[in-house]
Amino acid sequence: MSAQVTEFDYSLLGKNAKLAEEKGLASAEWYASPISRKRLKELMQRRNGPAIRDTLIWFALLGLTGFLAYHFWGTWWCVPCFVAYGVLYGTASDSRWHECGHRTAFRSTWMNDVVYEIASFMVVRESTSWRWSHTRHHTDTIIVGRDPEIAVPRPPDLVGIALAFFILKSGPKELKRVARHCFGSLTPDEKLYVPESEWPRIFLIARIWALIYAGVIAWSIAIHSILPLMFVGLPSFYGAWLMVVFGLTQHAGLAENVLDHRLNSRTIYMNPVFRFLYWNMNYHVEHHMFPMVPNYNLPALHAELKADMPRPYRGLIETYREIIPALFRQKKDRTYFVRRELPPTAKTGAGDPGYAHARPAEPL
Amino acid sequence: MNNQPNETWVPACEIGDIEPDDVMRFDHGGRTFAIYRTADDKYYATDGLCTHEKVHLAKGFVMDHIIECPKHNGRFDFTTGKAQGAPACVNLATYPVRIEDRHVMLRVN
Repeated sequence: MSAQVTEFDYSLLGKNAKLAEEKGLASAEWYASPISRKRLKELMQRRNGPAIRDTLIWFALLGLTGFLAYHFWGTWWCVPCFVAYGVLYGTASDSRWHECGHRTAFRSTWMNDVVYEIASFMVVRESTSWRWSHTRHHTDTIIVGRDPEIAVPRPPDLVGIALAFFILKSGPKELKRVARHCFGSLTPDEKLYVPESEWPRIFLIARIWALIYAGVIAWSIAIHSILPLMFVGLPSFYGAWLMVVFGLTQHAGLAENVLDHRLNSRTIYMNPVFRFLYWNMNYHVEHHMFPMVPNYNLPALHAELKADMPRPYRGLIETYREIIPALFRQKKDRTYFVRRELPPTAKTGAGDPGYAHARPAEPL
Repeated sequence: MNNQPNETWVPACEIGDIEPDDVMRFDHGGRTFAIYRTADDKYYATDGLCTHEKVHLAKGFVMDHIIECPKHNGRFDFTTGKAQGAPACVNLATYPVRIEDRHVMLRVN
């Protein structure tokens, strides 16, 4: 039994963390598709305009749907208004958190940092520790024992995935973490990937969050209504479902322990509304390969690298036709994963520097 | 230009080898450096590896006086070496640079 526990050990302090280091999978060199320095420089250029426009639209839509939800409170009409408000709050904040965390959305650092803090609160991810966890996710993407952001560890916890649609598993866990941070305490994992110089910041932000939550809860109690919590706090839960629909497409069911993002990440095509909500993170292989390229340039980067990439998925339906059976199969067979096929034009031939990285590694 | 007795200057590249607003890798004596050229044709040099996770900065992105690490977007002011915030928390070492006979000379000690 203990052998099985070890085999499924995704913890950052477990046996697989050591094995990943021994096998050269930790902080390793990853495959990068060929692109000229000149073109990459063009695509890396930052502008404030697109993100300011999108942020203004985002807040305007939050204001509009929030006003309508308030106006129709007490009637059934408030339900669709809160559904829309919730998605804008609990789903769109995920991609804003992500892009501003990379500081690529805006050219100005302070704009990235302001939106990052707001979005972190909305998506219930404590800003400092999650910045570091995401850094590790980029160093060791889906490397078992190294990546703290593996959304679907094997064997998949299907009940847990169902609960994730309203962040009923991660949300309370995160709030507990915030409470712990309020008292100046960190988990052993956090101590591993967050430098000590950043700890005071974690504690400060946690205390600010606690004050906000306490204020909204007190307001709700004072007026004997859940309404204030419907606008701040609860939308992180009831509006998260589309974030999970988007987020699971990134890596679920794909290879673990490979040093090639083409094999462990997905690029899928989405309609403009979804791309606005998700801020082009559907171009996920490209994002992982070149995280310096801002979200508004990812479609152009995708066009540039297409010949070296697996076929992109045509949409969410095609993607979930692959993910759902894969997860059910992984429930029975831990070693199963979806093998992404590289096109004949891809750089994978023997003698090519990418070849060694393009083959899936054995499970740890 | 006269060197001080204990100074070692080495040619890193020719002017024009680096595009304006860009960076180039230079290896010397088992060490790796990053040489920068600003939009107004000034040259600077720092250690070549990000202080966060030892990634080569020469693959990064130059924006004004900032170099952004290609792996985790950690940022440094390459004129001073100052880290600009998480995940870059430790400053980069900087090195004096001068132009001599169309060569970018780097003082490595």
